[in-house]
Formats: sequence, structure tokens, C-alpha cells
Amino acid sequence: MNALLADYLPLAIFIGVALVIGLALLIAPFLVAYRSPDAEKLSAYECGFNAFDDARMKFDVRFYLVAILFIIFDLEVAFLFPWAVAFRDVGDLGFWSMMLFLGVLTIGFVYEWKKGALEWD
Amino acid sequence: MNGQFFADLAPALPEMLLAGGALLMVLVGAIGGDRSSGLINVLAAILLLAAGAALVTASPETKVLFNGAFTWDAYARFLKVLVIGGALIALIMSFDYLRHEKLQRFEYAILVVLSTTGMLIMISASDLIALYLGFELQSLALYVIAAIHRDNLRSTEAGLKYFVLGALSSGMLLYGCSLIYGYAGTISFAGIAQSVQAGNAPTGLIFGLVFLFAGLAFKVSAVPFHMWTPDVYEGAPTPVTAFFAAAPKVAAMSVFVRVAIDAFPNILDQWRQIIVFISIASMMLGAFAAIGQSNIKRLLAYSSIGNVGYILVGLSAGTSNGVQSVLIYLTVYVIMTLGCFAVVLCMRTKDGRLVENVDDLAGLARTQPLMGFVMAMMMFSLAGIPPLAGFFAKFYVFLAAIEAQLYWLAVIGVVTSVVGAFYYLRIVKIIYFDEATIEFQRMPFELKAIIALTGAFVLFYFIFPAPMVAVAGAAANSLF
Amino acid sequence: MTLASAFFYLFAGIAVASAFMVIAAKNPVHSVLYLILAFFNAAGLFLLLGAEFLAMILVVVYVGAVAVLFLFVVMMLDVDFAELREGFLQYLPIGGLVGIIVLVELVLVVGSWAVAPSAPQAIAERTPTDITNAEALGRVLYTDYLLFFQLSGLILLVAMIGAIVLTLRHKEGVKRQNIAAQVARTKAAGLSLHDVKPGQGL
Repeated sequence: MNALLADYLPLAIFIGVALVIGLALLIAPFLVAYRSPDAEKLSAYECGFNAFDDARMKFDVRFYLVAILFIIFDLEVAFLFPWAVAFRDVGDLGFWSMMLFLGVLTIGFVYEWKKGALEWD
Repeated sequence: MNGQFFADLAPALPEMLLAGGALLMVLVGAIGGDRSSGLINVLAAILLLAAGAALVTASPETKVLFNGAFTWDAYARFLKVLVIGGALIALIMSFDYLRHEKLQRFEYAILVVLSTTGMLIMISASDLIALYLGFELQSLALYVIAAIHRDNLRSTEAGLKYFVLGALSSGMLLYGCSLIYGYAGTISFAGIAQSVQAGNAPTGLIFGLVFLFAGLAFKVSAVPFHMWTPDVYEGAPTPVTAFFAAAPKVAAMSVFVRVAIDAFPNILDQWRQIIVFISIASMMLGAFAAIGQSNIKRLLAYSSIGNVGYILVGLSAGTSNGVQSVLIYLTVYVIMTLGCFAVVLCMRTKDGRLVENVDDLAGLARTQPLMGFVMAMMMFSLAGIPPLAGFFAKFYVFLAAIEAQLYWLAVIGVVTSVVGAFYYLRIVKIIYFDEATIEFQRMPFELKAIIALTGAFVLFYFIFPAPMVAVAGAAANSLF
Repeated sequence: MTLASAFFYLFAGIAVASAFMVIAAKNPVHSVLYLILAFFNAAGLFLLLGAEFLAMILVVVYVGAVAVLFLFVVMMLDVDFAELREGFLQYLPIGGLVGIIVLVELVLVVGSWAVAPSAPQAIAERTPTDITNAEALGRVLYTDYLLFFQLSGLILLVAMIGAIVLTLRHKEGVKRQNIAAQVARTKAAGLSLHDVKPGQGL
């Protein structure tokens, strides 16, 4: 267990340093910066008008399609890692089962290409 | 990997046929576009027929494949034939509807085939992971086909509701599975049965069982997890509803039975309480809530909830006879449901609108005598009036409950079926004694055939009950 | 308290706190960000268990892809927060009741912690110590658990088909590039020579 932790020590130190720097940069202005707020200074400024509406706007549903197609191929690649590592041990069966898996998803890929899901408009 | 390897896979042939065929259809559809939807519909029907033929001809000898994840036995064969039959008939029923509603998208048939594949996996699943993966394959495809009419508000609502509640139930199922795995140390049903003995079942495992059963109850739409059923049945396109009522329910119920009997035989007393409770609640709700319904699809949804209650009576017996009665009830239920939905699909007015109110059936016996007569027979059968098939289904279920000394459960079942008979008979009255207000179009040929066949089964089942009872008995025995 | 358990409490504490913030945050975008924090801590817990491969996959798939999808969905929905909270008090009693029941069950489960005596023998695959995680997974996933692997491929295919069936719409009247037509274009199709007489034009 401790050997494992030792392996990840650099990562822990890295995250710690990142946290310290990030927090320092956030906190330092609070402590040292000169502040004199007033209502006009803090109000939203949009070319002299008050803000018309919420800054949030609807995303197009096509972003969702792109994201979900990305997840699917992301998972496909995730399945490839252990296969590649254990490639010498899995034998013919392991090889062909991965080929079948890739074949199924390639058929899906042909489908989405032909449907035009990869085009934006 | 050699010839022997493939020979050992033979019992999984129907699944492989369906999956491979679905891939082929995806390719055909991708290249041909929606113009090829007619061809793909026919291909899907042929594929289901071929898988059914492979099932019927296979020997029912018990075999275990894929390191214990997949069990082939007479029980699996019986239910797989039933599921494939239900899926095939529901698919054929949809052809005319899809033409009329201009819903000719080739993905429909592909998704039906893929979800049927998932159901076959569920039926054969003999460990928790195969069970879950089969469920997901089935449900994901079903969510999509519930919303396939994506420009229709009610269809998308049905799809969304089904998806959200289905995902919730999958979550409960998984939580239950992980608790069971944690306490039993294994995912295979046989292993769980071994490690869970009657006296020393850990509390955590019982909770896992409760969550697993809650998830399964969602899928079979048993009370108190039935809320999605009426909305989804009403909103989804009618042939899709027919498919929902026929195939997935059978598959989910078969998983229910297999998990209870195979994995937890030693704690029958614990799970029987749950089953008895949801069974009574389903029977009561099915009987009382259906009374006020004016939409025929909603009414059939409540009727299916009630029927699930009766099926669970058979399971709660926990005996071979109980399972046999479940199998018979499921078969009769699928046939009655398909017959009813075929009639609903024929309720198309002269100007091409599909109506779905109970009152629209008024005077059907005079305007469309065959349709009216079969619908009336279906209603009598659902009400359990002898000598129709529905009566025998209920009879076997109650008999099994009485043999297991669950007398009061059988009594409640009889009482609720008397209450339920009220709304079934109201429809018969509307069909025969009310004045016709709407004239329907002529029935398409395939729907007429389905109506005639299902009607004939319901009417004449009592003449030859023995073959099905024998087959169901053999199937039930293969579980014990 | 060893270093390992210190890290465990750190990860577990942040995971529970950020999971709580997922449901408590007013702004759904913040909820998603807290969810990402929870995923990172779950990955840390996996690391402590020695499941390095799962930890990394959790980061790659859940943080890298699923959380992004959630963000898209949250932004796509354009939820009216005031309206969303309207029914909150109305459903609080019943929701709270269910929550309390589940909590009581969980306490009971933890309180009666007893694994079936035969469970340790029944464990199918022990964690191998001499090879890496990914290799241990790879050795069984593609052969012993062939069925599960192929089924997950089919599920991914259904997800792909479903996403396209439900959301893909093509705008009318958009001119698309047809590469096959472009490549197949010949000199004869694209170029025509006309002999123009002086003073007449075409």
C-alpha cells in the first residue's frame, strides 16, 4: 500500500503546489488590493444599457449529439488499453473478440457517417 | 478457438442471429436511407422468424455457456419463443401504422430486433452482470422507440418519462446487485444460492434483494413502481405500446422468476413477503384504477398492471407448479394483449385518424362484427370468464397459490378479478348495446389475421389445453 | 492513523461533501462542477484500493466526456430555476421520508456487517499482485467475459443509433459538399468550349 502511495507522491505534491498557488493568487488580492466599491462601479455595463437578459442561452441540441458520439468512441478506446497491455496473453479468442467489438462500432460509425451526423448543418 | 468452440456456442444461436442480422440491417439502412425501410421491416420479420425457428428446433437440454453467464434450458426456450413471437407479431402490427403516420424510419425495426436480443439475453442470464447488460440493451432500445415519433409531444413525453424512471430503476437494480455481490462474494446465481443459507442470510444481502426486486418490479410495472405505465402506454405510438405490453414484460418477468428461484431458493420466506405484497397491490390497483379510464390504451395499461399482479401470485408460490402457472399465464396474457392492441390499431376513422377512446368502440358489433366479437371475447377472457383462455390462466395461478397454502392471497385474487370484470364487461356492453357513432375503415389484412388468430386461441384454448400445460410444466421443472 | 487512511478520509470527505453540493447548489452548472470534483475524489479512492486502471478511466471517461455532456445538457435545457424550486417544499415531506428510510436501511446494513462465511472462497478472480491492473483486466475481459464485452459493444451501438434517431435533424436548403461528385468531376463535365463569333456573344 505504501509503495503504491509512494508512486503517486509526485502527483500529490503537484496537486498540493497547484492548490497553494491557486489559493494564493485568489487570496492575495483580497488582502493587498485597494478597494472602494460603489453601486455604479459594480453594476453590469453593456454599452451604456442595463443588461437585457440572462447571459445564459440555449445550446443547440447538436452539441449533445457530438458529445454523446464522443463518449461512445471514448469508451471504445478505453476498452483497447487492457487489450493492448494483455495482448500476448489473450490469444486468438481475445484478438477476434476485440475485432468483433471494433467491427460492431465500425458499423455504427458507417451509419452515423452516412446519416450525416458528422456534418454540422 | 476451433470448431468445438463454435459448437459449444450453439445454444446462443438465436441471439447471435438477431445481433448479426441487426448489424446487417444497420448497414443496409445506412446505405439505402429511409427508402429501404420497407425492405428492413421485412428483413427484421424474417430474422425474428429465423431466430424463432432456431429456438423451436434446438434441444431443451440444459447447457451453461460463457463461464456460467448464460444458461440454456427448457425454461429459457419456452420464454424465448414467447418473446420472439410477441415481438414478431407486434412488429407486423406496426407496418400499417407506420405507413399511415409517415413514420417510415428504418431504425424502428432495427431497434425492435436489438431490444429483442437484449430480452433473450435477460431470459438466459444466470449471473448479475449478464442480467444487467441484457436489461440495458433492451431498455435503451425501448426508450428510443417510445419516442420514435419525435415531432409528437405525447410520444416524446412518453420516451422521456420511460427513460428517467427506467434509469432510476436500473440504478436501484445495480445498487441491489452490488449489495448482493458484496455479501455473497459472487455474481453467479448458483454461487449466490450456495452462499446464502436459510438461517444466516446477512441483513445486507436481504437489502440487496429488496433493491433488486424493486428494480425488477419497475420493469414489470408492478405496484408501487407502476407510475410510468399508463403515461407511457398512452403516449407511445400504439404498435410500440403493443410491443411494450407483450415482449419486455415477459422478459422482465422471466428474470424475476429465475432470480428468485435460482439465486435465492433458500430464503423463500423472505422474498415471498415482497412478492405477495406487490402482487396484492398490483391486483387491487389494476382492478380499481382502470374503472375510471376513458382512453383504451390507458385502460389496457391498468389491465396489464393487474395481470402482473396475478402472474406474481404464481411466483409467490415458489414451487414448480407456481412457475408453470406463471408460464401459462404469460402466454395467455401475451396473446390477449396482442389481440386487444390489434383491435385498437384498427380503430381508424374514415378520414384516417386513429381514435383511442373507449366510447369510440360503441356499436362495433354491428359495424365490424369480427372486430367487435373478438374484442368482446378478449374482454371476457381478461375478466376470467370460463371457458375462455384467461379463465384457465387465472385458475392455474390460484391453484398454485392454494397448494402453497397462500389461501388468502388466492381469495384476494378472486375478489379483485370480480371487481376487474366490471370494467371489462362495460366495454362489452359498449360494443354490443350502444349506438355506433363512428365508422371505421376496413381492417388491413395482417391485423385482421392477427385478430382472427388471437381470437381463435382465446376461444378454443379449452379444447386442447394439454400440450401447453405439458410444455410449460417441463420448462418449469428445468428450473428446479 | 497511517498515511493511507489519512488520504482515504480526505478523498471520502471531499467526495461526500461535493456530492451533497451537487444536489444543494442553486446553479445547475455549479452542480456539474461539484460532480466533477466528486468524480476526481472517487478516482482517488479507486487509487487507494489499488485499482489504478479504473481510477484513470474514471477520470478520462467521466470527467473528460460524461461531465462535458452534462454541461451541454444543463446549458441546453435553459432551466428556469425559480420554477424548478417551486414544488420543492411540497414534495419535501415524502422525499424526506424516502430518504430517511433509505438512510436507516444503510445504517442497518453497515451495522450488521457480516459477509456470508463461504463468500471469500467464492470470489472468482483474485487480484493478482505481480502484474498491473490493466493487464489483469485484459487477461479475463476479452476471453472469460466475452459475452459481457460483446454486449457492451451492442449497447454502445444502440446508444449511437438512439442519439441519432432522436436528435439528428438536417436543415433544409443547406448546400453540402459532395466529395464523391467532386472527385468524379471530369474535364468534359466542368468545361465546355464555345466558338464565339465576333460581335454576337453567347
